[in-house]
This record gives sequence, structure tokens and C-alpha cells, in this order.
Amino acid sequence: MNPETDQSRLALIIDDEAQIRRLLRITLEANGYKVIEAGNGQDGLVEAATRRPDVIILDLGLPDLDGLTILKRLREWSRTPVLVLSVRESDEDKIAALDNGADDYVTKPFSTPELLARLRVALRHAQPAEEQTAFRNGGLEIDFAGRLVTLKGKPIRLTATEYSLLRLLARNAGKVLTHRYILKEVWGPKATQETHYLRVYVARLREKIESTPTQPVMLITEAGIGYRFSASE
Amino acid sequence: MMRTEGTSPDELLAALKKEETRRKRGTLKVFLGMCAGVGKTYAMLEAAQKAKRDGRDVVIGYVETHGRKETDALTEGLEAIARKPVVYRGVTLTEMDLDAVLKRHPQLTLVDELAHTNASGSRHPKRHQDVQELLDAGIDVYTTLNVQHIESRSDTVREITGATIHETVPDTILGDAELELVDLSPEDLLQRLAEGKVYIPERTEAAIHNFFREGNLIALREMALRLAAERVGQDVRDYMQARRIAGPWKTGHRLLLAVSPSPYSEQLVRWTRRLADSLSCTWIAAHVETPRMLSEEEQNRLTRHLSLARALGAEIRATSDDDVVHGILRIARGQNVTQIVVGKPDVFGPLRFLPSALWLSRLVRESSGIDVHIVRVEGADAPRRFWSWRMPAEGEWPQYLKAAGIVGTVTLLNLLLAPFLGPHAMGLIYLAAVVALAVFLNRGPVYLAAVLSALLWDFLFLPPLVTFYIGKVEDAMMFAMYFIVAVAMGHLISRLGARERMDRRREERAAAIYMLTLELGDASTWKEIERAVLNNVERSFKAKAALMLPDATGRLQGDLPDKEFSAAVWTYEHARPAGRFTDTLPMTEAMYLPLRTTGNSLGVLRLHWKQTSPPTIEQRNMLDGFLRHIALVIDRQRLREVKDQARVLAESERLSHALLNAVSHELRTPLAAIETASSSLQSGLDATVQDALIGEIRQASERLNRLVANLLDMARIESGHVKPHLDWCDVHDLINAALKRAGSHLANRPVSIDISPSAPLVRADFSLMEQALVDLLLNAAMHTPAGTPVEIHIEVKDRTIAIIVADRGPGLAAEALPRIFEKFYRAPGAAAGGTGLGLSIVKGFVEANGGHVQAFNRPAGGAMFTITLPLQEQPTV
Repeated sequence: MNPETDQSRLALIIDDEAQIRRLLRITLEANGYKVIEAGNGQDGLVEAATRRPDVIILDLGLPDLDGLTILKRLREWSRTPVLVLSVRESDEDKIAALDNGADDYVTKPFSTPELLARLRVALRHAQPAEEQTAFRNGGLEIDFAGRLVTLKGKPIRLTATEYSLLRLLARNAGKVLTHRYILKEVWGPKATQETHYLRVYVARLREKIESTPTQPVMLITEAGIGYRFSASE
Repeated sequence: MMRTEGTSPDELLAALKKEETRRKRGTLKVFLGMCAGVGKTYAMLEAAQKAKRDGRDVVIGYVETHGRKETDALTEGLEAIARKPVVYRGVTLTEMDLDAVLKRHPQLTLVDELAHTNASGSRHPKRHQDVQELLDAGIDVYTTLNVQHIESRSDTVREITGATIHETVPDTILGDAELELVDLSPEDLLQRLAEGKVYIPERTEAAIHNFFREGNLIALREMALRLAAERVGQDVRDYMQARRIAGPWKTGHRLLLAVSPSPYSEQLVRWTRRLADSLSCTWIAAHVETPRMLSEEEQNRLTRHLSLARALGAEIRATSDDDVVHGILRIARGQNVTQIVVGKPDVFGPLRFLPSALWLSRLVRESSGIDVHIVRVEGADAPRRFWSWRMPAEGEWPQYLKAAGIVGTVTLLNLLLAPFLGPHAMGLIYLAAVVALAVFLNRGPVYLAAVLSALLWDFLFLPPLVTFYIGKVEDAMMFAMYFIVAVAMGHLISRLGARERMDRRREERAAAIYMLTLELGDASTWKEIERAVLNNVERSFKAKAALMLPDATGRLQGDLPDKEFSAAVWTYEHARPAGRFTDTLPMTEAMYLPLRTTGNSLGVLRLHWKQTSPPTIEQRNMLDGFLRHIALVIDRQRLREVKDQARVLAESERLSHALLNAVSHELRTPLAAIETASSSLQSGLDATVQDALIGEIRQASERLNRLVANLLDMARIESGHVKPHLDWCDVHDLINAALKRAGSHLANRPVSIDISPSAPLVRADFSLMEQALVDLLLNAAMHTPAGTPVEIHIEVKDRTIAIIVADRGPGLAAEALPRIFEKFYRAPGAAAGGTGLGLSIVKGFVEANGGHVQAFNRPAGGAMFTITLPLQEQPTV
């Protein structure tokens, strides 16, 4: 698992638990990251402003400021990707964090490979990527310019809505998108509560692009949060 | 028979009760005088000064010195509570500030002029009610009173002096009071009057001088002295009873007064009260409801008499019976009455055969062991008309018109028929008409029809025609017979009708109580109880009702304007009625009735009457029945809640014990594994052993993670914090997500999924349902041998969808089936590890989503769990 760029990345860990910080430092440094730590939200904001990290790992349950507040303050001046750490029960916190500018989340307890994969995706999306014209994943190919989708070389007929849903997920491959965000992007700001659209259209898309639609490998459901296009790396 | 000398149990009980209430309540001392000017206030202030010297905390609640110097001087050194100004129709009056006195809570308060009527808008209309409240609060009270203001004496005073007394106090307030007679000879009083030492309001001067005649004063003095003397006698008796000294008294007298709507009944009430007082016994005011409908005026009078009797200390009993004598005797026997009081009817002499005289002789005859007092009533002697004619009630006029109209119509018919029929047939036609009328009309109109038709028959059809003269003896006889038959039939039939009406009324009343009982019997929650109460009260009394209950801290809850709410709170705290149509805060909009069981005030029923007249005796009786029943149900519900709480407490104790047992073991095992493995790692072993140890650590931590997650889930369910976030879910998605999470634990167990692609969307909380499915899958993994196939399929019915997780393992033990979803329950012989929480979490989460979960054994072997969720109408896309 190599860092993808020549120079090593700087990661800021904001968490009040010293043990978690230590563990993350060991893991990340072993994987070529440089690490700075902050034990509370205020310090975290200061570190973020002064050290300009490449990625921030933020625990949502901090003693002084809550994670959302930190995110909002951070997003006032920074586009640095933020990976949120949270516990299983707090779906609503996760959604709120994602809707407020977090790039992804990892649920505690987490495995190291998963954390590293998420970090890579977050860093990749932070790149000022030039407009992709095509997307390739497994047998699936999307030609954004020609609005053409092929699976193992065979063209697939998609309705306009199905296409925009697939395009949105594919462009954000690897990243979790909340229901709200997808609905807003595809169906417009008035449809943010109509989750059944998503259920129906995701099921249709799976029928068309997944080899076993009942056990999808690309269009992954994130329980209670949203969907993620899982790209095979 | 020898009468046992000594105290009857009843009397002893009463004496003990008296002692007890005395200790809790304040004591009342009344400075009694024959009239104004004898120096009552002075005597009271003197006594107060003495009490203060004795170290008691004395406060003036209200004392009127009328600016006399000697009296003023006596108030010095006594703290006075500022009076409360009450503005009424632009005039500012000052009254005792009851609340301020209650707040100050002295040991002793002085309150002048017990009989005073408070300014309109005060809490109580009468000052003696204020005093009662002070006494109830445990404050002793000194007060002053003139003998003419005592309710039971006011008649006598009127007879002596000719002055009507408006301000009276009920005799009951003197019941436990200490009396101190302030006596002055009439000569001395007249002299003080002449010296201007007696305060007399200017405008009543003339009347007052008429009042202060020596003859009057002598009579009033005698009354005051007699009252004091009677009281001394009673005090001695009380004393002897309390100390069990055998005395010369007979055991328990009990009086019963038959109360009727007659205007003379009021005097009888007072007379009986005086008799009861001098016999020192209890008394009952009884009313027998007969089929005769009372006019509104009579009804009001009856209500007034009975409330007067209540105010004078009587117990009120009402019964209904066709026969007054029966009714009275039934009550008398049931209540062990020794003497009955009835008014002397004014119809003796030539009319002794009339029913009103007859019932009296029957009463005397049938009362056997009970004495009967027949009391002459002032004013009843006046010669009354031979035939007492009651003006028909407002509503009856149309009936008279109808009666006359029908008789007229029949006459016309008869005139038409006259050429064909004889005069006797005409008579029968008339008779038929009268009988028909009797079915529909009241008695009066029927009599009118009978008389009218008789006369018309005679005049128009009995020869010689067009005269009232009857020629033949036979015709005369026919006429007489006709008259008797018509009146008798009319009377009988209309009486039957009246009885039927009464029966119907009684039945309605019984039905109302029955309905209340029935609906309250079905009610199991507070909401249902409230609904049943309000429905029934509103239906039966045509009044808007509200139920006001205290909260957990015992404070009454209600959203009402201050004035209304304070009446409700007063009712709740004193367990006595208040508000409209009562003596307390009568200016409020609604009536407040206490809901109480013995000793406990449970709440208040608010009644906003639509009618403008006070509730009738009948309504009050029924209301009493309602209140008792409602109070019982509220009490029952409260007890049930207490019991439930106790049960919940015991259950939670049992659970925490089970929790501790299960958790301590389940926590320690993986912790021990981690500890041992990690310490071994540090000692540097070869790579394969290291890998194995790392694997152990991971497994242990996973197990810990699951345990903690389970405990947290359980805690969420227990604390009621599971708020499902309902959203449209795809069942495929749900099952996939669950399988993905449970996957590693299902190792070697082939999972077959059979779901039609067109499965409907389900409205549920995705995360909760996912967790429930994961737990079901883990359950299957834990309790089946490796390699056992697991099946997942769904069944869609009309309004439900079932998700079924089934295995081909050993199945569930029969005794485990009913308990399998209980917390910490582990089936006998279950593999080690696990807390018995998983399935109870499944149950909690599924139920939070509005569904239910069941466990079965499959006929062909293996266990089967079914999660059933309600299906909503599918959304359109």
C-alpha cells in the first residue's frame, strides 16, 4: 500500500481519545503519512489553519465543540477532505456531517485497510480533477460525452433519470452520497424526501448493470445513509 | 325491658370522633349575646388579651369597634391583618382577608360578627364559611354572635319581634363550639342605648328602636340563656360520654322529618332541628318521590327545604314510592329512626276522609314502634278553600285547550249522530273520548274533560233537551254513573301514565348509572376513563364537564382562568363542592365537585351547567352516585398503577441481576483472551504462532464489539429511545446488507435467498431492520452445526409482508418456544457464549417498526423465524 504521490501526505487527527490517536498515528505513519494530532475541536481548528493538512480525520463526539460545528467552521475557508469517525448508532449525525461537507465516514471500530481505502478516495476526490470524459469499472463503461453506457461491450438502454443517477454515483465512485444529496442532484431540491424514488431507480439500475442484482457489487447500499459506487481498484 | 345503662357504641364513636376532629381542627369560641350592644366584642377582646398574656399567638382577622374608646383600647397590642377591599358595583367594602390570615396562620384569630354576609365576589358568601375554613386549617377562632342569627331560632325571633332575619348561621357551626354568654339585663341595655353607647347604623334607626322594646329584649335574653343552658347540658353529657360515666340518658334517638314541597315544610325543618338539639340526637330529612310530577316552583321549594335541612345538620335521604307512608317507613326502619316528625294537615273535620288526612292515620297506625310527632305549623291554620285549586303550570294550558277542543269535537259528532242514536249511546261516546284523553293528558285536563262532557251530555242529549234538568230517574242515575266512571277512569288512567313516566325517569336514571359503570368498567387507561366520564356526565346532566386530576406531585392540573382554577383547587384541597350553585365562590362559571374516597381527595369534576337554575334534588342524587363511582374508578386506576410500578421494579431487579451474571461472564472471556494473546505476542514467537494469536485477538474483540452493541441496543429499547426513522426500504437491500454484515459468522452455512424481484417496498427503519435480520442470522449461526443450510424468503399478503429466516438445524426446544424472545433467556443446552439478548433485540426493533416476530419449529425439522411488517400503499414514482 503505497502513498500515491511522491511526497508524503499530512493527516490531521482530531479525537479526544489518546489511544485512538496513538493507534491512528502508528497505522498512518506505517503507511507513509505524516501525522499531527489535536485532542479537542479548538486545537483541531487551529492546527488545520496553521499546518494546512492534506486530509483531516475528525471524531464527531468531541468534548468541547461538536463535530458539525467544526465541519461548518472548517468549510468556511477550507476544501480539505474530511473523514468522519463515528459510532454505529448515530446515523443522523453521519448524514448531517456528510450533508455539511464531510467527504466520507468510517464507523468505529474500523479495520485498517478500510480506513486507508477511504482516505485514498477522499484524497483523490480532492484533486482538482480535470473533467473526466469516460468512466471504466470492471465491465462497465460510461462515455459521459456521448451519454453512452456499455456493459461488457454491449450498450445498455437507460432512461434519462437512470443515466443521471448512474453518472452521479460513478463520478463520485468510492464516496458515499447521502439520499438527500442524490435526490437533490438528480430529481431537484423539491424531491429531497422522496427516498422511494431512489429505492426504485437503484433497483432498476442494478437490474441493468449488476451481474447478480440481488447481490450488488457496484451500487452499494449504505444502511440508513445513502449509496456508494464501489469501484474495483 | 331493662335498658342498659351506659353508652351505646354509636355514641362512643361519635364522642371519639369529636375528640379527634377537635385535635386537628381549630376550636371555635362564640361570644353569644341576645342582641347588639351587650358588649360581645368587648368581651371577646378581653378574652383575646388574656390569651395573649398567656403567650398565645393572637391576631385580629376582623373586628369592628365602631370607634368606641373602651373597645378600641382593648385592640392595642394585638396584631391586625389588613382588611381586603372588595369593589362591588362601584362601592368599596372591606372584608376579612381570609388568605392573608391563612398565610399568617396564628394560633388564634378574632373574627367579629359571625353572621355577617360577605360582599359579593368574596370567596364565600357568608363569613361563617370563612371561619369554617380557618378552623379547618387548625386556627382557633373567637367570634361574636347574636341569638337571633342562629338559623333554628330565626323563626321564633320573627314571631316575637316581627323582624325578618336575613343573616343567619347554620346551627351546625355551633356544634362543637364553646359558647360564652355575654349577658346584660334589658334595663342596662336600654340605658346604654339611651347613652348612645350602642352602635346603630343610621338608616335602620327606626326599625332598630322598634326592635329594642323591653318585651322583645326579655324574650331574646331568655332565648340566649336557654341556648347557653342547653349547651351546658350537652357539654356535661359529652364530658360524661367521653369519660364513660354512666348517665341517665337513653340510647340513640334518631329523628326523621318528612319533607315535602309545601311552603310550611321549612318551619318543620327548624322545629325538628330544635328537637334534635334538645334530644342531642341525629336527624334525617327524608323525601319520598311519588309519581306526581312536581311543578318547577315546588321542585325549587323542595330543593330549598332539603338544603336548609342539610345546613342544619340533617342527613338527607330520598326514595321513590307510590305510597308516601311506605316510603317514609322504609327509610325510618332502615335508619333505626325512633321518632318521625310530620306536619299537621289542615284537612281534619268534615274532610277527614280525604287522602291527605288518611295517610296520616295510616302512618300512625303502621309506624308501630316508632313515635310520631304531628306538628302544627304557623300559618297553616288559616282556613283554606274547600277545593284546593292549583294554578296549572305554564306547560299545561295547551292540554286544557286540547281537552276542551276534543270534547267540543265529540259533541259535534254526537249532534250529527243524534237522529240515529239514543242519548245513552252518546254518553258512551263521551266516555270513550274521556278515556282516550286520559292516556295522553295530565290529570287536571282529564277532569275538565270529564266534567265538561257530563254537562254537555246532560244539556244537549238527556231529555228534556237544552236544560240541565233531568226528567227520568233512570237518566239521573245514568248521569251520576257517567260522572263517577268518567272521573274514576280519567283518574286511574292518568295515574297510570304518571307512574309510567316516573318509571321511565327512574329507568333513565338507572340506565345512566349503568352506562357509566359499563363504560368505566371497560376503561383501562386514564384517557379512556376521562372520555367515559365526560361522555356520561355530559349526556346525563346536559352540562359541559371536565375531569381535573393532580399530577405526580399532588398538584391539581388544569388550564383555566385564575378564578375558576382557584375554585377547583379549593374543592380539591377541602374535598367539598365549590363554584356555581354552591356556598363557596358562587360567582364562578362552573361547579366544582370533589372526587373522593375515604379520606383521599382524588380530583375534581368541573361541571358547566347549561341550565340557569340550581340542580334539582334528583340531579344532585344522581350526581352523588356518579361522583362516588368515578372516584372509585380513579382510585382503582391509581392503585393499579402503583401495583404496575411495583411489578416493573421487581422485574427490573430480576433483569439487572441476570444482566450482571450474563455480562460479567461475556465480558471477561474475550478480555482474558486479548490479554493473554497480546502478552504472548510480546514474548516474540515465530510467525505462525503470532498469526494465530492475532487471529484470537481479533475474534475476541469482535465478540466484545457484538456484546457491547447488543447491550447498547437493549438499553435503547428499554429506555424507549428507539425512534424508528421510517423510510421506504427495498427488502432485497435489507437482506443483502444483513447478509454482508453477518457473512463471516455464517461460514459454511449455505444461504439460499428466494425473493421475487417485484417485492414491494416496505416502510421501516432500514438500520433497525437490518440489525434485526443480522441478529436472526447470527442466531442461526450460533445454534446450528456448521454446514446447516439457511433459507431466506418473503411472503407477501394483502396488508403484510413476512421475512422468513429458516434453518435445518436441531430446532427449538418446546419449553423454549414461549420464552425465546425474553431478555437474557437462553435455551437449555445452548452453546457457550452469547447473552440471550439477540432475539429480544430482534423483537424490540421489529415492534418499534410496527411489526411482530414469531418463532416456529418447521415440520420437517429446523427453526423458523418470521418477521411480519405492515404493508403500506406503494408510493408512485
